[in-house]
Amino acid sequence: MNFKLKDIVPQLITVTAVVLVFGFFTYNAQINMENRGIDFGYGFLSQESSFDVQFSLIEYDGSHSYFRAYLVGLLNTILVSVIGIIIATILGVIVGVARLSPNYLINKFAAFYVEFFRNIPLLLQIFFWYFAALRALPLPQDAEAIFGFFFLTIKGLYVPAFIWQNFSVFFYSIVAAIIAIIVIRIHAKRVQENQGKQIPVFLISIGLIFILPLLSFIIGGVGISFEVPVLKQLATTSFIYEGGVSLPPELIALTLSLSLYTATFIAECVRAGIQGVGKGQKEAAASIGLTPNQVLKLVIMPQALRIIIPPTTNQYLNLTKNSSLAAAIAYPDLVLVFAGTALMQTGKAIEIVSITMFTYLTLSISISLLMNWYNKKIAIQEK
Amino acid sequence: MMSKINFLRPDKNNLNTFLYLGSFLFFIGVLDVFINSFFRLNLTGFLPGFLSFLFPLILGFIGLYFIRIEFSGIKQLDLLNKHINTNNFNAVLSLLIIFVIIKSLPPILSWFVIDASFAGDTKDVCTGSGACWTYIKVWMRRFMYGMYPNAEQWRINLSFIALVLMGSVGYFATDRFKKYLTLYYVVIYPLIAFLFIFFFISGGPVFFDFSYGIIAAILSIILGFFIPAKYKFYYFLIVPLALYITLKYFIFFEEYIELGKLDGLNWVETGAWGGLSLTFIISFFCLIFCFPIGMAFALGRRSNFPLIRYISVGFIEFWRGVPLITVLFMSAVMFPMFLPEDFFIDKLVRAIIAISLFEAAYVAEVIRGGLQALPRGQYEAAKSLGMGYWKMHIFVILPQALKLVIPGIANTFLALVKDTPLIFVVGLLEIVGMLNLAKTNPKWLGFAMEGYVFAAIIFWIICYAMSKYSYNLEQKYKTDR
Repeated sequence: MNFKLKDIVPQLITVTAVVLVFGFFTYNAQINMENRGIDFGYGFLSQESSFDVQFSLIEYDGSHSYFRAYLVGLLNTILVSVIGIIIATILGVIVGVARLSPNYLINKFAAFYVEFFRNIPLLLQIFFWYFAALRALPLPQDAEAIFGFFFLTIKGLYVPAFIWQNFSVFFYSIVAAIIAIIVIRIHAKRVQENQGKQIPVFLISIGLIFILPLLSFIIGGVGISFEVPVLKQLATTSFIYEGGVSLPPELIALTLSLSLYTATFIAECVRAGIQGVGKGQKEAAASIGLTPNQVLKLVIMPQALRIIIPPTTNQYLNLTKNSSLAAAIAYPDLVLVFAGTALMQTGKAIEIVSITMFTYLTLSISISLLMNWYNKKIAIQEK
Repeated sequence: MMSKINFLRPDKNNLNTFLYLGSFLFFIGVLDVFINSFFRLNLTGFLPGFLSFLFPLILGFIGLYFIRIEFSGIKQLDLLNKHINTNNFNAVLSLLIIFVIIKSLPPILSWFVIDASFAGDTKDVCTGSGACWTYIKVWMRRFMYGMYPNAEQWRINLSFIALVLMGSVGYFATDRFKKYLTLYYVVIYPLIAFLFIFFFISGGPVFFDFSYGIIAAILSIILGFFIPAKYKFYYFLIVPLALYITLKYFIFFEEYIELGKLDGLNWVETGAWGGLSLTFIISFFCLIFCFPIGMAFALGRRSNFPLIRYISVGFIEFWRGVPLITVLFMSAVMFPMFLPEDFFIDKLVRAIIAISLFEAAYVAEVIRGGLQALPRGQYEAAKSLGMGYWKMHIFVILPQALKLVIPGIANTFLALVKDTPLIFVVGLLEIVGMLNLAKTNPKWLGFAMEGYVFAAIIFWIICYAMSKYSYNLEQKYKTDR
């Protein structure tokens, strides 16, 4: 065994230092908690929480446990992240492509957008939308209907709710369509490899995804109706909308600012990705007789995506982490519900902050592991 | 010579006809929107609502269609076509953008300038529909300095001016002093800045420590000129510290100050610091601290010792995986539990430690990128010269790697500046926090918009300047390689 003192000593010193620091902290924490009469443990999670949360996706009130409160916060965080990611991606791709437009005005407009929203702190943007912009909206009784169904008021956005009949049939029809598409794709690839024939997979896929759900409406007895929100008077000056789905202004402000902010970064990723594909690639593809559509689909996009996806995933991660700023405008996300209210009530600082950090850590590390795996898969195989 | 005109296919033969007609239609379309938005006159009111709305767009579209003639021979027209009018789709988009700009200018202008109130210093002057800049004017000191006492604010100004002057030394240094610049910026300047901010701005009894430090430094530098070069290293290692201790504990300088009726500076607790100056202070310190920590962990992550590598990876991934707000939460509620009972750390210091550790992880990744980008030959060449680990890194690897990652570091710093408003979590109020406080003042309710716009402008200027600077640096170093 190759045993060298020179290799061992620095490692030993580092590890000792780390252990000492951690030991020092734990020792102090123990003494501090003893003095204050707090005992360490995660048992509080099953206790009754006795606080209410304004907006939750699952059933929740004060009689539920702290763990339930944690779930409410986590789901709210995931909700705002998912909506934000979807909007930011759409907006980011549009702006990123617009940045490369030969049209001077579109180009400059996109550049202006990127430079403007990127250089203002996200927290300030959230405050701006929540405290300044959304406060200028009308009261419920003065709100005008948008397209007859939506009501944008100072108390939030009210949208119609879907009421399904036989929803499971509709759901299964979509699942069936997706499975059929996958099967056809695999089949088409095999046919092309063996016989050189091309099957119009895209058209068939589009047909399937529309036709199967449509059949479920006609044959499967699926029905859909809307429940439009209706204004209701509570007191002489107090109105609310009943029915439908209501999105609180906190959620709107948060999604708006998160997606507007993150879209600028995604736009830059998209731009860099498309620019990163050499001009020669396009010309070479055109010269072997590919149509412009094929050039885009078979040559440019696969290479551009290779550059775009890793930094974009990073931006998704950032968005998810930034959604914790929700606490500043009292949107009940993980930080506000759990690291805020629950911590104030139980006083279990170490447990709660560690759970919160661990949750975010799990979220980030799982996404980055996924990204690394994907990156390895699509990386150019160099010899 | 006039030939047959086909209005569906503009061509070069009837260039003039199409040019005049097209420009005229385009001009009418733009004029309609312009008059509509600036003078609130609807010229097309006689048309049905939907058509009236689309009228300028249709006119402009036809106009642009007419003037889309390739190789017309008129330079301006060709340029115009190439830039905003390549095809129908682009023409519509261009028109929409032009209309949006014309439409949005008047409300923005009137809110910002025309209907805004600037004069006076009470809320009563703000009656117009525009912005109330009086509010910003009245609260300016609070937004800039937080709760720092008005009479003492010169200390912040003086410190910042001194630090900026001392920071700009690099631009004026002659070749003779250039080689000391790195030492100056990495060791001396941060130290002086630290003394300035934590002693001069904070004041109080600690201020005397600061004065002893300065006096000891000046005295030892003067004396240093008479010390032979051989002993200079040991001299500067021992004498300044010794002088400082002598001054502090044996000469009782405080009594002299009192005898000479020189009052010390009033102590201002860090809780009173705030506003934009706090943004600068925090960004500055976090930059100074996160850089060496990040460098250490970047080297640790590439170390050959597995244990050191794992610890570094753990550290970096931990901080990169959690949001800053939870880190600040930790520094506010969890960290005090980890310290001995009577041991109290100021909350500003705690926030700075938290943000520095957080940003250090990002800096570490940026520096690691630079280290990885260096060709392996550099390491091998340094080793073949018989250099050890530290010599190799200090003289060969790091100077090259750091030069590569300057833009990345600048971007991290930009993110840091944008993250500073988060310190509201620990109860410190920099400019955004002060805005939220001012907004709830009963005398000045209802001016949230002005405040946020003001802060947005300030942050935008700072961040935009920094991103442009980092972009310039990137371009500069790109050509160097």
